[in-house]
Amino acid sequence: MHAIEKLLAKKAGKASVKTGEIINCEIDMAGINDLYLQTLRSFFEMGGTKVHDPSRVIMFLDHYAPASTITQAANQKQFREFCWDQGIDLLMDIDQGVCHQVLADKGLAYPGEIVVITDSHTTTHGAFGAFGTGVGATDLAIILATGKLWFRVPEIIKINFEEKLPKGVYAKDAILHAIGTLGADYAVYKAVEFGGSMLQYLSISERMALCNMSTEMGAKASYIQPDAITMAFLEEKVTRPYEIYHTDADFHYADEVSFDVSALKPQLAAPSSVDNVYDVSQFIGRHIDQAYLGSCTGGRAEDICIAAHILQGKKVASRTRFVIVPASKGVLLEAMEKGYVKTLIEAGATFVTPGCAACLGTHEGMIASGETCITTTNRNFPGRMGDTKAQIFLGSPAAVAAAALMGEIVDPTLYM
Amino acid sequence: MEKILSGNAFVFGKNVDTDQIYPGRFVEFTDVEDVAKYAMFGADPTFTCKVKKGDFIVAGTNFGCGSSREHAVITLKAVGVGAIIAESFARIFYRNAINLGIPLIVCPTISKLVQTGDCLSFDLYSGEIRREKSLIATAEPLSDYVLNILESGGIKPLIKQQLEVKNRA
Repeated sequence: MHAIEKLLAKKAGKASVKTGEIINCEIDMAGINDLYLQTLRSFFEMGGTKVHDPSRVIMFLDHYAPASTITQAANQKQFREFCWDQGIDLLMDIDQGVCHQVLADKGLAYPGEIVVITDSHTTTHGAFGAFGTGVGATDLAIILATGKLWFRVPEIIKINFEEKLPKGVYAKDAILHAIGTLGADYAVYKAVEFGGSMLQYLSISERMALCNMSTEMGAKASYIQPDAITMAFLEEKVTRPYEIYHTDADFHYADEVSFDVSALKPQLAAPSSVDNVYDVSQFIGRHIDQAYLGSCTGGRAEDICIAAHILQGKKVASRTRFVIVPASKGVLLEAMEKGYVKTLIEAGATFVTPGCAACLGTHEGMIASGETCITTTNRNFPGRMGDTKAQIFLGSPAAVAAAALMGEIVDPTLYM
Repeated sequence: MEKILSGNAFVFGKNVDTDQIYPGRFVEFTDVEDVAKYAMFGADPTFTCKVKKGDFIVAGTNFGCGSSREHAVITLKAVGVGAIIAESFARIFYRNAINLGIPLIVCPTISKLVQTGDCLSFDLYSGEIRREKSLIATAEPLSDYVLNILESGGIKPLIKQQLEVKNRA
């Protein structure tokens, strides 16, 4: 069996599972975010009264942090009251940041865990050897009511990235290249394990970006086998007991593909599909109205550090604005302590509250019709960050910061 | 649930994401009558004026990709969409739709066979898709697990029953 299958079998109380089987699993951590009041409605509609296990539920007020409309404020009020009524102590209010980063910061993402959140990018937690998957409101309400959820045991694909990325090229470029090559529906219903020698050079931050973006190829979950880099991170953060599973040597993957990244160029996903991926050279000189650095994909301290390095002592281009959204409070504190915030604000960037912000087109950096945005986020669908006639390019933190500096798309490796 | 579903087809392309089905800026709305106003708004803002109860959405691969927002299903159900036939579905959308009782029909050739306005029918059990009276394709069969949820009117009545049994015990 694969490590993921062993993990699922354990949580289903079975000795083994096989692909395609429907199983009912105990959920270690169920997260709700503030977009989905429907979660609470579905819970009550199904006759729920008391949450099965409040210690395994976490509430994130991250997508509308802080509320920018009366409706959002009213929704968040109901979430807080639900937590207080139900004894849910893990209420991550508007000061905390994006759910996935908050889980990591607080040591709540760890090997062998099943974490289910009403957020499609829950695949991020594969970076820790967890089984993370996104669901809708009613599925999450079922966990609130019963502590369990059904899954179809997925086929498992392995994607290997071999060799070391060139300077100025990042995990984000590697995963965009893979999505561009394989397609936005390559891994639908399947789990993706990332392997290959590139991983030994990637920090937890970059591994999170890799696993996060597996959602954009349709994956149900992702996985990186925990190693020394994972263990060093866990040692600092995680206090809960956890179990690391290993894949049997005779396991057969549903598919296995490899990419040599040693000569990879910076990549961009052009409007308006995440798999519309090209070398940055295709778009050199394209005017940028807004550069945006943030989200559960590209808003970590390492990402902000790259931007600070590129903009140190320089200025954002005059007809370009640069919006930075730290993924969490922890990220913001680190960026302040290390001086990145000062450097970037002096360069002409602006910081907004840690959270999801304009990544999903609701507030804090929306873009107008006819504008072009380059962003470290994860989706460039029409209307994703504002007007449906705005254009969105997805790229690495370096590609975004270099574009902010020059006011147009440039090759970021020339600015490192 | 009816054994034979029928309605007119509205055809969309591939990778129709949840921002096209229900744009992010409307996600703060939670009452069904508000959510119903924006069905397919990002792809075709006039869709809600044209769709009738029981009509089908027909699409290419990866329908419903993107966000986990259940609004995308709530809005389609609210405007009366009877079933969605696509070449494939994104997985969270698939779960959400089955949970709320909308049949999702996987047919890998459907885009080439159907045009907007075609009058279609679908047999939930045999998987046969017909235009007027003639058979045009046979879809992948729905699993027993999924059929059970659809026959129960979605997953909520099933869980409700389960909780009642547990509370009585």
